[in-house]
Amino acid sequence: MASDDIWILGIAMTKFGKHSDKDIVDLGSEAAIAALADAGVTMDDIGILAAGNLMGASASFGQALQKQIGQTGIPVYNVANACATGATALRTAIMAVKAGEVKMGLAVGAEKLAGAGLLGGGGVSKKDGNKFEPRGRFGSVLPTDGRIGTDTMPGTFAQVGMEYGHKYGGVSFELFAKISEKNHAHSVLNPMAAYQKRFTLDEIMNDMMIAYPNTRPMCSANCDGAAAAVVTSGEVLRTLSKEQQRRAIKVSASVLTTDPYQEACQILPDVNTLTRNAAKLAYEQAGVSPSDLDLVELHDCFATAELVHYDNLMLCPEGGAVDFFMSGATWRDGSMPVNVSGGLESKGHPIAATGIANIWEVCHHLRNEAGDRQIKDAKVGLAHVIGLGSACGIHILERSGL
Amino acid sequence: MFAPPLIGVTIMANQIPHVDYLELGDKPHLVANECTSCGARFFDRRNACAKCFKNEFKKVPIATDGILKSFTIVAFAAPGVPVPFVAGIIDCAGTSVRGNVINTDPTPEKVSLGMKVRLATFSLGTDDEGSEAIGFGFEPA
Ligand SMILES: [Zn+2]
Repeated sequence: MASDDIWILGIAMTKFGKHSDKDIVDLGSEAAIAALADAGVTMDDIGILAAGNLMGASASFGQALQKQIGQTGIPVYNVANACATGATALRTAIMAVKAGEVKMGLAVGAEKLAGAGLLGGGGVSKKDGNKFEPRGRFGSVLPTDGRIGTDTMPGTFAQVGMEYGHKYGGVSFELFAKISEKNHAHSVLNPMAAYQKRFTLDEIMNDMMIAYPNTRPMCSANCDGAAAAVVTSGEVLRTLSKEQQRRAIKVSASVLTTDPYQEACQILPDVNTLTRNAAKLAYEQAGVSPSDLDLVELHDCFATAELVHYDNLMLCPEGGAVDFFMSGATWRDGSMPVNVSGGLESKGHPIAATGIANIWEVCHHLRNEAGDRQIKDAKVGLAHVIGLGSACGIHILERSGL
Repeated sequence: MFAPPLIGVTIMANQIPHVDYLELGDKPHLVANECTSCGARFFDRRNACAKCFKNEFKKVPIATDGILKSFTIVAFAAPGVPVPFVAGIIDCAGTSVRGNVINTDPTPEKVSLGMKVRLATFSLGTDDEGSEAIGFGFEPA
């Protein structure tokens, strides 16, 4: 029987950082086993596993994981959806529960990226001999990356932030660096973060330039990590213990979108419209407005990206992201704390884990278990991820009233 | 000038555009595939229109003057890509175009949002058969 209300019963993440002694299945297992324990259930209770590992998307990560955590013969969905892979895995489990096919689902995202260099960019170089021959959909005789714009992630997202500046004004190198300053300051309170170092504005601006205006600390940190969540229906939850009911987190909205056609989307990926569409739908599903949110974890893959998502998630009036940030609203003591985990810039960005780890962060606050970095009396939170290509996942989460 | 023809080598250098949407000649310019139904423009080969799903296109020339509506100065790139360079998005009379900003220093002092730019071409080198690849970028206007 289909159930309309969906709950996160258990959720866990590994510490993000360098795990040279663990492989991808070790990391996924650690998160999955911890999420099951957090939920107070075992693999016998789980009816579906949705698993993501973007860098190994052609391997059967989910099946490999089952062999280490419990090989019960349930269906596995191996998912890959760029940086939204974790959110997509979670949503896959949610859909199965919502459809009434299973009572509980497990979603896992794991990635090993420590030491990985620049992501994106490159392209196909010429093969067989030195002869110019048109190739591909642009009929190009040489690679285009670097000669006709940039394919690198830091460069792409730098342009996303600068485009916002062209449209609305008010952006500068210093402004973007200040966003990074905030997230690094937040990370000091998060023991799960890959980096817990506060930087001064000068240190950020004088660090190595990657793609103006993004310097190194303004870019998400490549690292290893995993996160996992157990989801169930309200109907099942009501049969469980009082403690399980009290700690369960309500998934008030679960939304996934792709980028709809826009004039310039073939030139610069449009990360705005799909986020705005997802946000609108999520607020509608949850019956909450942005002003109801106590905290937001958004996809700050680069400092330049965080700015535009203030606007896309409607945390501020349209075009007002610069003023909104400069008011101090998004610091942890502000009116709308954003990325109190330290964000991807300091917590790290093990791609497939990110879309569940940001939900873990929000749940942690809603359960009042976030220790030193607890946002006081948090009741409602939003988690957002975006993967280029593009895919956007948004979840709105609420404290249990049970 | 006289030179004996060499096998496999064209004596007059042929020019070949870097991408097929760059039209060379007296007045180099870009061309787009425009959907005959809704007017959406694409620089690459399309199976159908992303906007309206119809599948008839015609070639249209793109303005060579434009406004720089976004840019980044890339300091780290894939191996073989010379850095730093300025990657930009140019609004050419309503059509967005991707290209590097060239013929100026790649610094925030020399490149700014809203600056006027125009299409310029440059050589990307010659292959073993003497064909010269011509690329394009946008220079301050
Ligand atoms: Zn069309």
